[in-house]
Amino acid sequence: MGRVDPSPLGSAAAVLSGWGRAAASRGELSRPASTVALAEMVQEFAANGERLIARGLGRSYGDAAQGGGQKVLDMTGLDAVLEFDPATGVLRAEAGLSIDALLRSCVPAGWFVPVTPGTRQVTLGGAVAADVHGKNHHRDGSFGQHVRALSLCTPSGVVRLGRVEREALFWSTVGGMGLTGVVSEVEVQLTPIESAYLRVDTDRAVNLEAAMAMLAEGDDRYRYSVAWIDCLSSGSSFGRSVLTRGAHAVAGELEGKLAAKPLAYAPRAPAKIPFAPPVTPLNSLSARLLNELWYRKAPRHKEGEIQTIGTFFHPLDGVGSWNLLYGPRGFTQYQLVVPFGAEDTIRAVIETLQQRHLPSFLGVLKRFGAADPAPLSFPRPGWTLALDLPLGRPGLPEALDALDALVLEAGGRVYLAKDGRLSPVLMEAMYPRLAEWRRVATSADPDGVFSSDLATRLHLRPTERDGPR
Amino acid sequence: MNDATGMPQRVVVLGAASDLARSLLGALAKRRLEAVLLCGRDEDRLAPIVEELRVAGVAEVHSAHFDATETGSHDALAASAKALLGSIDLVVVAAGVLGTASLDELDAAVVGEQLTTNFTGPAAAMTAFSKVLRDQGYGRILVYSSVAGLRVRRSNFVYGAAKAGLDGFSQGLGDVLHGSGVSVVIVRPGFVTTKMTAGRDKAPLSATPQEVTAAILRGLETGASVVTVPKVLSPLFFALGFLPRAVWRKLPF
Repeated sequence: MGRVDPSPLGSAAAVLSGWGRAAASRGELSRPASTVALAEMVQEFAANGERLIARGLGRSYGDAAQGGGQKVLDMTGLDAVLEFDPATGVLRAEAGLSIDALLRSCVPAGWFVPVTPGTRQVTLGGAVAADVHGKNHHRDGSFGQHVRALSLCTPSGVVRLGRVEREALFWSTVGGMGLTGVVSEVEVQLTPIESAYLRVDTDRAVNLEAAMAMLAEGDDRYRYSVAWIDCLSSGSSFGRSVLTRGAHAVAGELEGKLAAKPLAYAPRAPAKIPFAPPVTPLNSLSARLLNELWYRKAPRHKEGEIQTIGTFFHPLDGVGSWNLLYGPRGFTQYQLVVPFGAEDTIRAVIETLQQRHLPSFLGVLKRFGAADPAPLSFPRPGWTLALDLPLGRPGLPEALDALDALVLEAGGRVYLAKDGRLSPVLMEAMYPRLAEWRRVATSADPDGVFSSDLATRLHLRPTERDGPR
Repeated sequence: MNDATGMPQRVVVLGAASDLARSLLGALAKRRLEAVLLCGRDEDRLAPIVEELRVAGVAEVHSAHFDATETGSHDALAASAKALLGSIDLVVVAAGVLGTASLDELDAAVVGEQLTTNFTGPAAAMTAFSKVLRDQGYGRILVYSSVAGLRVRRSNFVYGAAKAGLDGFSQGLGDVLHGSGVSVVIVRPGFVTTKMTAGRDKAPLSATPQEVTAAILRGLETGASVVTVPKVLSPLFFALGFLPRAVWRKLPF
């Protein structure tokens, strides 16, 4: 988040960007203090002809939670747990509640979030809007599949959405990138756990084929499964990976101190990168080194290791504001999914980046399970690959366009929560249900009140094309 | 919007008939360009560029009359450009003439006109567009300055003086806009082989419009605030700044 100038109107101008720190724009940031205030703000802004978008913790990599010249609603003040039933694990909370805060209150009671992304610094509203996925997608699907009901602030008032009640708007809000309204409350079914620990198996895979074979063969046995992939290795070790797969440890699997307090959960506040270095230390050489070290330090095969929730699920939270390490130019994450059978596309994507000397620092490979009914939801059955790429390197825009072509040809798509550079034409091609989503979004918001830089860039709401409101 | 790699979708060009602007538009059309407003003094000269961009797949190509010297019309142009395009991601300021540096051909009126075309007019237009972009909360203004403005030399002193003014104005405007989401990109080419310089002796370290365009694209990708082409001119002109006048005025270019 950039400079914030206070203004007497309770809103402040702020230069905002996504986690990748590129393509910043200046909007008017308002922070509602209650869901009632939020509903009033949405109606007032809409009546004044303003456009608006909700923003949570700013973990979308691209331009999803910002809007130049428009209102941006900082949702992090709405973080109350409204209802929690420790018998059933059903939780109703305000949409600005973070998964971090949720875990701190629910894990000691024996409940876990049904889906968590690689960081717990996301809000429930953001998790719904991006329909986030985690290491258990192959078994449990994405976040939206565990949401029982939502409250949505629209220009015409607050509406309650459920799996039956206003089903079409419910599923268009799930994965809808905040463009159907502002999610104000989320009711979600949590997952029961016996401990705050994971029982984890680690395996090294010598190359991409081996990694894919091991994931395909073993995923059924694990609730959580992911592979870290070295995108810089070549030859016989091309695509070598480290697989970490596991499940929540049951009480009997813990020993010593852990067994005494199986549900103790107190993740440490991470050390923070204080400022963005003028020149990023992340270059081709350090990328190669980091990837080599990561692979070498992993055991060839290790079974039943007990890990904390933080270590297993949220390795990215170990260092605060690590995105600053990419320097002033920032970075982008390219996350794609291609159907099963398009394994060659995964190989071609990594090869393309290698041939063009574009290093990826962090590669993550995973198998997705069944898709949910949301028209703009990213996950679908197949392979997903996520790559962190520093911006500003020569040839990167053209290379990413080349990757888009490969992904589209395989019938795949890229993830909007990570995107900062897809074209509107490819958006339509990759998300064939976009027209259906637009119809529902337009019926909920006929005047196009909800907008963002992402929506403008990708023409998500057709009214965008007709110029400003 | 400007995407994460710095590529614009909706662009306004002032002085669109220039070879440099035409080359830049061709390159942007291969990336994310979807709408453009071409502004120039002579709309007939814009027609072939309109056609060229349509063929290149740019969905919306508009043209409008723009005369840098008619500074009273610039606010209205900026407002109508915003209304027409909805979003303005990049404003390219390419208006300018090389003019003459011969005292025999110069008189007060000619100098006044050259300075207005090359400095006062572009600066006025940049001011008008910078307000539109500031309210919008994002966007870039790309201005063609010249190394000729880094140290003014006798062979093109009127042009050089105007570029020196425009360059300084653009730096200041960029600083004023800091924190607004809007930025200014100053392009400082050396001698470029275009129709503007046709018939002139090529200076050393000259560049083609394509080379200038390639450098600009890199500048947009990296978020540069100054793009000097060829790059070596940047340290070279820094060093030339220390040359005594007596030596400077005798240099052959």
